[in-house]
Amino acid sequence: MSAISHGADWDFDLLERYHAAIARVAGEFNLDTYPNQIEIITSEQMLDAYASSGLPLGYPHWSYGKEFIRNEQAYRRGMQGLAYEIVINSDPCIAYLMEENTMTTQALVIAHASYGHNSFFKGNELFRQWTDADAILDYLVFARHYVMECEERHGEAAVEEVIDACHALMPHGVDRYRRPAAPTLKIETARLKAREEHKERSFNDLWRTVPEAPAKPDEDIATIFPGEPQENILYFVEKHSPRLEPWQRELVRIVRKLAQYFYPQAQTKVMNEGWATFWHYTILNRLHEQGLVDDGFMLEFLKSHTNVVAQPAFDSQHYGGINPYALGFSMFSDLKRICESPDAEDREWFPQFAGTDWQKTLDFAMRNFKDESFIAQYLSPRLMREFHLFAIADHADEPTLVVDSIHDEHGYRRLRKLLSQQHAQETRVPDVQIVRYDRDGDRSLTLRHIRRRGRPLTESAAQVVAHLRRLWGFSVRLETWEEDERVGDVIECAA
Amino acid sequence: MFQLIDRRPNSRGKSDVNRARFLRRYKSQIQGAVKKMIGERSLTDMERGGEVRVLRKDISEPTFGFGRGGDREFVLPGNKEYAAGDRIPRPDGGGQGGGRGSEGGDGDAQDEFVFSLSREEFMQIFFDDLELPNLMRTELGQAEKHTSVRAGYAKSGTPANLAVIRTLSQSLARRIALGGGLRREMQDIEAQFKTALAVGHSDEAARLYTELLRLGSRRSRLPFLEEPDLRYRNRVLRPEPISRAAMFCLMDVSASMDEDKKDLAKRFFTLLYLFLTRKYGEVDLVFIRHTDDAEEVDEDTFFHDTRTGGTVVLSALELADEIRRARYGSGWNVYAAQASDGDAFGADPARSARFLRDKLLPNTRYYTYLELSSSGESEHSSSLWSEYGRVAEATRNFAMKRASDRGQIYPVFRELFRKEAVTA
Repeated sequence: MSAISHGADWDFDLLERYHAAIARVAGEFNLDTYPNQIEIITSEQMLDAYASSGLPLGYPHWSYGKEFIRNEQAYRRGMQGLAYEIVINSDPCIAYLMEENTMTTQALVIAHASYGHNSFFKGNELFRQWTDADAILDYLVFARHYVMECEERHGEAAVEEVIDACHALMPHGVDRYRRPAAPTLKIETARLKAREEHKERSFNDLWRTVPEAPAKPDEDIATIFPGEPQENILYFVEKHSPRLEPWQRELVRIVRKLAQYFYPQAQTKVMNEGWATFWHYTILNRLHEQGLVDDGFMLEFLKSHTNVVAQPAFDSQHYGGINPYALGFSMFSDLKRICESPDAEDREWFPQFAGTDWQKTLDFAMRNFKDESFIAQYLSPRLMREFHLFAIADHADEPTLVVDSIHDEHGYRRLRKLLSQQHAQETRVPDVQIVRYDRDGDRSLTLRHIRRRGRPLTESAAQVVAHLRRLWGFSVRLETWEEDERVGDVIECAA
Repeated sequence: MFQLIDRRPNSRGKSDVNRARFLRRYKSQIQGAVKKMIGERSLTDMERGGEVRVLRKDISEPTFGFGRGGDREFVLPGNKEYAAGDRIPRPDGGGQGGGRGSEGGDGDAQDEFVFSLSREEFMQIFFDDLELPNLMRTELGQAEKHTSVRAGYAKSGTPANLAVIRTLSQSLARRIALGGGLRREMQDIEAQFKTALAVGHSDEAARLYTELLRLGSRRSRLPFLEEPDLRYRNRVLRPEPISRAAMFCLMDVSASMDEDKKDLAKRFFTLLYLFLTRKYGEVDLVFIRHTDDAEEVDEDTFFHDTRTGGTVVLSALELADEIRRARYGSGWNVYAAQASDGDAFGADPARSARFLRDKLLPNTRYYTYLELSSSGESEHSSSLWSEYGRVAEATRNFAMKRASDRGQIYPVFRELFRKEAVTA
């Protein structure tokens, strides 16, 4: 076959032909995707999309303006390039391509976003469970209109106050476990009936004569509400705040829904980017093998690809944390290698899949893990050596930092565990839960920060508490507990 | 299955709303930053937009996060020489450079949030809530400006203004009105014609038939459009009340005004000039500079020429009054701003103050006096200052201020032209 095109210029006809070729290859690898929608945008529009976390439309808020200004400045001064693409987890899956891209980059982006990310969105358990791909765009439209309508009716300042407060609590507005669906009336009646029947069947008059224990003096247990600590603070506020107007509740709900929509993305950054990068690499190489793209295309592609998966060392001036593209791509490539040509070490570490069909193994990994568990399960000693990973312990009572473990025989398991923990939700978001709502008293709300290993909250905690008080309407206090003991000061924001 | 959409023609500037909101929310911080900038800028840069720096902590969005302290471990790539158990001194910043999360390194460490304002935005913040006090609308009769506004429909007009829909509905109404009688008559005759046919009165039928034809042709002769149907869109000229204002800028350029003071004076007038040309399109500006002799100059000379000489304040006031009488008689809002170091000799201060009180002030809406001093001599009060002070006590449309360094110019300017500053 001859190459689809030569040179850097693209047009709509070429895009379609490249897409067709990529779609065919993706099909050969059994990538299951939502239908694709590719949109061409300008760099200005890309900056706009950046500001709203990549969503095609959002409600108006100053913080998006701030984000826009920040990106615009960085871009204007050349401190930051723009992403080639933005992809939205929706059905159809929308990918934005910048018009400035060359043909090679466009093809790279189509493979990366429209097949890599897209199949991840459709397949990964976290996304399946928490996001509703075919409803998100409609919901965004609704949210935007609702917020604007509220602004018209209640004034921008009032709306802004609620949204500011919600944004501060956004990381604490997600459910990490599914709530059971509320039972329908039918189920409820059936259940009641069954209970009655059981009582009748097991009725024995003798029980009446058994003396009862005196009522427990500690009645506190019964009156504490909520019965269990609640970690979804926004949900609790939405359902129980004594002061919020219905429209304010709806605003809280909108922010909460958005937080929930983004929740899987933060949990699967390494996997998601790694998966997409792995597939653009595999698909474009296949196209090259088939002679559909020329060598110039491949050189340009490899240059961008290498930039994307570069991992600067910790002491480099370019270091900005562990690059999720690099780690994810290496892990998926490594999985493939372990499946295809395992060595003794691989057989020892990964007996369950070394030497099996790589496509099945990768597909399984993509579907059933998030970053934390993915690293804990699949990071191989060979990769730790390749990345020269090492762990530093920073303990308050030590005068210096201590090297905890490095990429050697003794360190592998510990290192893997630490890297896995580093990607866990608990490492990013402190554990703050609602423990008490004094329903019958002064209606105050008590939060508890479960401190682990002495790591305190930042000073802005007081501001967050103030925001929460604004939503709640009555006084809010934040206690810090570590190992069942109260420590530190209580932050209180009185009514 | 696959869709390719070109979104490039879609509207840009989706973020403009959010950007404007950001600016509005942090107006006070931004205003503070602008105020600081104005002292640092050179005269010619005054009007450009520019970079504004706001402290990052002032605009941060709080969330619960982990602070410094406690125990933690983090994994980093790129080990070269470390072995387990090695001790490394803490870097400055207490381990901030660590690898917690991968979001680091996007400039959060910077203390300042920098962004540019466009010229318009800059000017708007700059002159926010300032205005010319006591501005009066000129009487309607004298208005020179008219705007043309829609005012219903007229029966005459130019073909270009023909209101087609309106005309056709007139025509339709006329045709229904005029044709209605004929139509009813035709219906009667038609009924009679049918009965005549049915009973076989052929003569009668023939007569009725010709009658019917006659009526039909009469009806068809009703014209589709007639002169009275025509309607034209009507526009009238509405006189627009405008306010005419003139600002007299009086600057002392005598030898005692050293370069620093001249720079201050020029800064003050530059601000005034920008303010007036921005906010009031129709303000006439008169530039007068004086040594021992006053002359009217154009703005370029006023701001850039470097003439010096002795000091006679009165000469400038007299010239201003002369020009006012000659060009800005009744119907004008007259303002004046005077800048001087106050060094005047002999009888000049007293005579100037008297002239000001008796001649100029009664005919001006607002008069400001800015006295410039070198930073060392700020306490010293000049003879002109004390003479003018007495005028200020006696009148309501006169304000005076002192400034001794660049940083004071903008605050002083704001004070002089604050919205509620002088509401007589």
